[in-house]
Amino acid sequence: MAGAAEYDFRAARRRLEAKPKSSGEKLVSIEAAAARVRDGDIVAAGGCLFSRTPLALVREMLRQRRRRLTLVRNLMCTEGELMMVAGAAARVVTAWMSIGLPWGVSKIMREHVESGRVPLEEWSHLALGLRFRAAAMGVPFLPALTMLGSDLMAVGGTKTLECPYTGEPLALIPALFPDVALLHVHRADRFGNCQIDGYPHMDADIARAAATVLVTTEEIIPEEEIRRHPDRTVIPGFVVDALVHAPFGAYPHECYGLYEADFDHFGEYAAAIDARGTAAVAEYLERYVYGPPSWEGYLALFGSDRLARQARFARELTG
Amino acid sequence: MSADRCSPAELLAVMGSRQLRDDTSVFAGVGVPLLAAVLAQRRHAPRLTMVIEGGIIGPQIAPGRLPISTNEMRAAHRATMLPGITDTFLFAQRGFLDVGFIGGAQIDRHGNLNTSAIGGDYWRPKVRLPGSGGANDIISLCKEVVVLTVHEKRRFVERVDFVTSPGWLDGGDSRRKAGLLFGRVSRVVTTLGVFGFDPDGKRLCLEALHPGVTRDRVAEQTGFEVLMPEPVETTEPPGDDELAMLREIDPNGRFLA
Repeated sequence: MAGAAEYDFRAARRRLEAKPKSSGEKLVSIEAAAARVRDGDIVAAGGCLFSRTPLALVREMLRQRRRRLTLVRNLMCTEGELMMVAGAAARVVTAWMSIGLPWGVSKIMREHVESGRVPLEEWSHLALGLRFRAAAMGVPFLPALTMLGSDLMAVGGTKTLECPYTGEPLALIPALFPDVALLHVHRADRFGNCQIDGYPHMDADIARAAATVLVTTEEIIPEEEIRRHPDRTVIPGFVVDALVHAPFGAYPHECYGLYEADFDHFGEYAAAIDARGTAAVAEYLERYVYGPPSWEGYLALFGSDRLARQARFARELTG
Repeated sequence: MSADRCSPAELLAVMGSRQLRDDTSVFAGVGVPLLAAVLAQRRHAPRLTMVIEGGIIGPQIAPGRLPISTNEMRAAHRATMLPGITDTFLFAQRGFLDVGFIGGAQIDRHGNLNTSAIGGDYWRPKVRLPGSGGANDIISLCKEVVVLTVHEKRRFVERVDFVTSPGWLDGGDSRRKAGLLFGRVSRVVTTLGVFGFDPDGKRLCLEALHPGVTRDRVAEQTGFEVLMPEPVETTEPPGDDELAMLREIDPNGRFLA
């Protein structure tokens, strides 16, 4: 059930009015950015499934041992599994969760949800998008024609209203104002003006919806580049609270045009879970999350040849 | 070529593709639905527009490089537009999508589908499934929805444990009364035949059997009584050209095997 704080547009507005909205320097370390997340926060992650997932930020958040988080993401993938096994996620809000079609239903998700340890609050994909859109607009809900008549209405506590103009029933999709947004973009200047290539997913709405916005970027570009193409900016600098330069910041997930998702890596990860269950994810956390102190050290575990191969695949598909 | 010379996935992809007309738009997921749409586009519907929920309009899928998710570069190959996900679904809410393809772990006599939870209660189910994704939106918002599914007794149940995606709900005018004014589940295409719904009760009703399939087999593989009027048609088996084209799109049998 959507919590009342999630759609309290008055509180969300006051929170935004109280925070600095600077056009100044945003570049910080990954440690400093992730430290803005507090235990118990509602954290919305951008991208979708294994596309443009803010994995560098998720990794650092786990390294800082955050607890009792609500993770909100439209389609959830390995980042959700890592957060469940690490004990960081107390609740997830999503439309779909597993790794991807070839690997079947997520065993980690099943174990955590079926045992009642992590409630999974399900919304339709559009409804979750409208929750972010309503918040981005600063209103408590948006009317929609989806989810009506389904059992998803009761799961989220979605209310209906007879349209005051036409008399027809409408679903009133409640806003979702996250405490923190974690986003990964293609490029930004050091003031946090962000550009995204390819599918934009829900990132621009999530950035406007959240109280605090943390961004990793593949590339830092000069301010002049941004000013030459202001039409390419999808998240303006004054919305962003912290920016981190993190090349391959979504790896082994994909970043449109730059690198394809590492399906071989997913296959090995899924095979380890098939063999050893949750213990395999705990080992994965040790090796990939708690082990290497830096993002560069993390990428070295994959090796530069692997990263170059995935970059070539991306160029072939989008070139 | 007869139906038993192709895989169940090939049969579904061919039968699904025949549901698509030229000069229309289709909301397709990955796997068999996407193969059905690509086949239709290459064979008889060159002016078909494919829309994929990850925020992709008009892709031209590269043979042998089929996507496994609705938001990845393989799904976006040579697309004409990449809108955001919310806006992509809003094209459907506005009425731009003619046909949607979906499947499900459970389907009942009124075409309701479950991809969320089986057994127990919702918050602590016996089996938790991945969830709706865009399925609920597709069945709520497209003009017409075609369900593509393997026909098995454990899938075809009297009543789904959880209505993730509303078909005709309780039959009659219950869908309309819930506020679902525009969409409809028109067909269920399975590995045994093609089904529709009777006009008043909105109960699953046999329209055509695939070659070699008997009524008894349908009854055996369905967990409720299916309406079976006399006579019913037999579908044209997948043609050599259809199968050859499909295998060209998925040469490694990733989804067709």
